[in-house]
Amino acid sequence: MDFNKKYTPQTWPDHPEQVTLEGKNKFLGFWLFLGGETVLFASLFATYLALKNKGPSGMEFSTDTLFELPLVFIMTMILLTSSLTSVYAMYHMKNHNFRGMQTWLAITVLLGFAFLGLEIYEFNHYVHLGFTYGQSAFSSSFFTLVGTHGLHVVIGLGWIILLMLRNAKRGFSLYNAPKYYTASLYWHFIDVVWVFIFTVVYLMGVVG
Amino acid sequence: MSSIAKKKGFGATIWDYLTTVDHKKIAVMYLAAGGLFFVIGGIEAMLIRIQLAQPDNDFVSAGLFNEIITMHGTTMIFLAAMPILFGFMNAVMPLQIGARDVAFPFLNALGFWLFLFGGIFLNLSWFMGGAPDAGWTSYASLSLASPGHGIDFYALGLQIAGAGTYIGGINFLVTIINMRAPGMTYMRMPLFTWTTFVASALILFAFPPLTIGLFFLILDRMFGGNFFDHTMGGNTIIWEHLFWIFGHPEVYILILPAFGIFSEIFALFSRKRLFGYSSMVFATVLIGFLGFMVWAHHMFTVGLGPTANAIFAVATMAIAVPTGMKIFNWLLTIWGGSIKVTTPMLYALGFIPSFVAGGVTGIMQAAAPLDYQLHDSYFIVAHFHYVIVGGVVLAILAAVHLYWPLMFNQMLSEKLGKWTFWFFFIGFHLTFFIQHFLGLMGMPRRVFTFGANQGWDLFNLISSIGAAFMAVGVIILVVNIIITVVKNVPAGNDPWEDGRTLEWAIPQPVPFYNFKQTPLVRGLDTFWIEKQEGNKVGMTYAEPLSDIHMPNNSFIPFVMTLGLFIAAFGALYHGEKDWAIPVLVLGIAITVGSMAVRSIKDDHGFHIHKEDLMNDKGGK
Repeated sequence: MDFNKKYTPQTWPDHPEQVTLEGKNKFLGFWLFLGGETVLFASLFATYLALKNKGPSGMEFSTDTLFELPLVFIMTMILLTSSLTSVYAMYHMKNHNFRGMQTWLAITVLLGFAFLGLEIYEFNHYVHLGFTYGQSAFSSSFFTLVGTHGLHVVIGLGWIILLMLRNAKRGFSLYNAPKYYTASLYWHFIDVVWVFIFTVVYLMGVVG
Repeated sequence: MSSIAKKKGFGATIWDYLTTVDHKKIAVMYLAAGGLFFVIGGIEAMLIRIQLAQPDNDFVSAGLFNEIITMHGTTMIFLAAMPILFGFMNAVMPLQIGARDVAFPFLNALGFWLFLFGGIFLNLSWFMGGAPDAGWTSYASLSLASPGHGIDFYALGLQIAGAGTYIGGINFLVTIINMRAPGMTYMRMPLFTWTTFVASALILFAFPPLTIGLFFLILDRMFGGNFFDHTMGGNTIIWEHLFWIFGHPEVYILILPAFGIFSEIFALFSRKRLFGYSSMVFATVLIGFLGFMVWAHHMFTVGLGPTANAIFAVATMAIAVPTGMKIFNWLLTIWGGSIKVTTPMLYALGFIPSFVAGGVTGIMQAAAPLDYQLHDSYFIVAHFHYVIVGGVVLAILAAVHLYWPLMFNQMLSEKLGKWTFWFFFIGFHLTFFIQHFLGLMGMPRRVFTFGANQGWDLFNLISSIGAAFMAVGVIILVVNIIITVVKNVPAGNDPWEDGRTLEWAIPQPVPFYNFKQTPLVRGLDTFWIEKQEGNKVGMTYAEPLSDIHMPNNSFIPFVMTLGLFIAAFGALYHGEKDWAIPVLVLGIAITVGSMAVRSIKDDHGFHIHKEDLMNDKGGK
């Protein structure tokens, strides 16, 4: 198989990410990896729920006084939108529109950075209130759960940027189509995890 | 092709192994590294038994004893048993399903290097201020209080090695799902492939909780976290849950491939189709599933309450059903077979009563009220050594003899092999059978010595003598290997003469591309079917001879791992040395940088052309 063969929109296959054996393997392997990641986050969520509001005696922090929903709601909307824009990017990949894909991925990346900026602001705000990493079991489990998600955002951003730069002049091939596809899967996964964080940590923390 | 490989110089050979992505060479490295750790863990076991050979002994101090038992357990589970099984999975599974390599050859190499560097890092603790000393389970209330860096080495080393195992698990899953030869349906897969499949699925879902548990331990000990410190609102039981949610599937990750190996051996040397193949597959999957439902039976005495204890007790006992199915299927495979008692077969025959004994004591402990009596006594030590040594280690030793001709094209001496078996087998029962009674007499586990007036002297001495027998058995095996390697007599094709599955159909030595033409699988035990029908080649081909695509070698997996190894030192000395943070950042930068290089560089592999394949006669 010639990996650098040039395709036209007419010859481009319907599922470019799964034409080669390498592509099929990446596709399946990445889904399995996300299965493991789910268990990883499940462990973090379980720990957070066990340690929520737990701290040294007389601790002043609790979820209903600490968290403020408006900021987190904006973050949620930004990340959900970025998931939508990455779907547009994949749509353009299927239609062999390279420029369209790169543009939508760029928008996805910008939204990702906006989310990350707000998260850093939020963490910084908590630390200034005295809610530091080592303040209590509650703070440790909160920062570890949400921070691990934030780390995933950083990795996802780095990955997508690298893909965009690497392939900017090469265009589509059956070699890089699976890479784009798995990167977008990863981005969706990050989004899904955030939906759970928004619900379990913030909504149930303030309202529940 | 294979003739070129033989003429390489020493340096070129080393470089070849450092950069290889070939599953057969990675298998050899897993076997060699795992074997080395097995010997280290064995020496630690001998030190334990020397210390306990007589009452009030001061051969080692109490503190050193704690370090030795911790490292013995950790080394044997993570660095010996699992990697050696990974070695056999790598060597055999792709050949059994008719694949040219695993799905991700690059990740396969990365997984190996992560395991090796993690293991080295853990063992460096001996020379850098003391080994971990909180037991292989490293319960948080103990491990947080442990001074020095021992526990830090444990947490960081296992984190690195565990990442390698996780990668390997995904790799095997994708290989089995996507890369089976035409005709190799799921219900025609050899049992070793099936057990590799289920064990890999267990790895996929069991290792993330360990990762998180170790992550918490690292954060608590080195970065100011408060997960387990109850004065800060933490909860030490969280560690126990996370550890056992990993830890119980882990024992099935070990025993299922062992079951697979024995299933192959019983069919091969009874010269008979495996009895109840479908029920064997069903039992394997069921054991894998139930393996996730029973972790709290390690925590009966924690105080989870009678309801939780009852549920977990019943679930635990349920596992006896599929396991019993397997035992009867093996017995019925032997029954009426034309049996050849070779060394692997001897191990298989010895395995059945040994493992049944271990299983029965397991059922005893599953009864939660009785477990309150047995908990943390030598009865537990006896039980888990009966299943791990009587199951996993016997399988590993059997597989070393069984697959040596496949991996190295040499036959280990059958005579010495049988000596190894008898020494090891007798020594094993001598060591551990009597420990059941020590436990019932009240001897707690993990004590560094006992008093002369407690009535435990004789039984402990007998146990220590048994350990010496096992050591002699292993030494004979090492001698056997050295003699075989020095003699270097080619074993030839189908060395056991009655091979049933695809791996025995390949000409020896196995060409680096495995199958010149992808085989067509016509049934369970496809090689046996072909031989019965008088097919001289032993295979029906699914495709005409054509170019083969192969992956390139790469040094990146090694560098990527080296980065994490360096970063681990930075984390270890965090808050103590000025250079800690720069080293941590440097290490992670090396790893992330090499990932970027891997991503940016084009690496399409290469093709072996049809003409070259026609000229390459393979083995003979």
